[in-house]
Amino acid sequence: MTAPVAISVTVNGERVEAHVLPRLNLADFLREHLKLTGTHLGCEHGVCGACTVRVGGEIVRSCLMLAVQANGAAVETIEGLSDSGEIADLQAAFRDRNALQCGFCTPGMLMAAQDLLRENRTPAREEIREHLSGNYCRCTGYHAIIDAIETTARARMELKA
Amino acid sequence: MKAAAFAYARATSVANALELLAVHGEKARVLSGGQSLIPAMNLRLVAPEVIVDIGDLAELRGIVVKGDTLVMGALTRHADLLKSSDIVKCAPLLGAAAAHVAHPAIRNRGTIGGSLAQADPASELPACMLALGATIVVHGPGGERRIAAEDFFTGIYETQLAPQDLLVAIELPVARTGSAHFFQEFARRHGDYAIVGLAAQAMLQGDRFADLRLGYFAVGDKPVLAKAASKLAGATITPALLAEASDALSHELDPHEDQQATPAMRRHLARVLLARCVASLLNRPDLNIGGRS
Repeated sequence: MTAPVAISVTVNGERVEAHVLPRLNLADFLREHLKLTGTHLGCEHGVCGACTVRVGGEIVRSCLMLAVQANGAAVETIEGLSDSGEIADLQAAFRDRNALQCGFCTPGMLMAAQDLLRENRTPAREEIREHLSGNYCRCTGYHAIIDAIETTARARMELKA
Repeated sequence: MKAAAFAYARATSVANALELLAVHGEKARVLSGGQSLIPAMNLRLVAPEVIVDIGDLAELRGIVVKGDTLVMGALTRHADLLKSSDIVKCAPLLGAAAAHVAHPAIRNRGTIGGSLAQADPASELPACMLALGATIVVHGPGGERRIAAEDFFTGIYETQLAPQDLLVAIELPVARTGSAHFFQEFARRHGDYAIVGLAAQAMLQGDRFADLRLGYFAVGDKPVLAKAASKLAGATITPALLAEASDALSHELDPHEDQQATPAMRRHLARVLLARCVASLLNRPDLNIGGRS
């Protein structure tokens, strides 16, 4: 049973069939097998949030999920959200507010931020902080990131009005 | 780090999971949400030879009310607790507690059954189960066992579960009129493991507690249902009586030392939480005396 297991996963809308070892985590599957290296691996034990992706529409830690557990699921990575334009305004706000420096945490930050903005269109700063509490940034710090998310939320509300 | 190699079996039913566990026993670990097991495997703290994945067993996920009982499947996620109207109505303590469990991405995967089977003494849900008087439903080689939460947790990461057992559901009495809850924990950052926490469920009768159940966590090797609560039930609470209960609580707890806090600090924080809890549930701000006697 340590042999590779067949899986079928939809990644960013494309069906992927593969044989993977059970120990392979979803983040490594995305990075090493599919070359989707936007998903970053920091701590590998669920603390830093850099590996955040969507599975079945919900954000998860891809380092705390085995690739075999994603069988039959729809996975969306930062490449998917970026290419579709879903978070173009959020990315622009990060750039404008200098909410990234080395950029290592940014894919996870964007995934978590967009998750919040989908369920709460006008989050208070404290709610933004709480939603990002599982994502570490080691250089820019958090104020600029929160500013960028707040700005995006406001701009989206104005667009709707 | 990456997990060591292991063999993988995807259970197709509860019966199939039990068969797999019967064959592999102590060499196997059950994988549900994986939010405690996979980090431990990635850190090489555990290296099971076989993983029995129960994640596809949809029949184990969900919350239903059957008469006076709330039944939660073992695979119900922490995030489900925050979204469920049945939880708001029947066991609001669990919603209050779930908001403190890690972060959104972890709550989307982590399961209630997994949290209870893991039995981390600093985690929130085991203490809630003590306060709520839950029954843990376990299937094993000998059939079904129903274990009171008070008997289920036996030590650090230890429960009544044998290697061949599967935790399938949790049952709770539905909250009645007059019941109230309190949940608070001290943690360095939101989502971190608690330094000390309290999950409390009460039945109010006028200005008194008809019943008060205090589930403390991160105060020892397992969650504690504090006996000191009995001093407060049925009596008019005065600052002197609260101080007496607080002293009894200090006596009763045997907290551990770690990098977060000394036993004395944990005792102090437990007293602070007791005062806050009683003051909040009875709406008596005068009783919130900061844990000092």
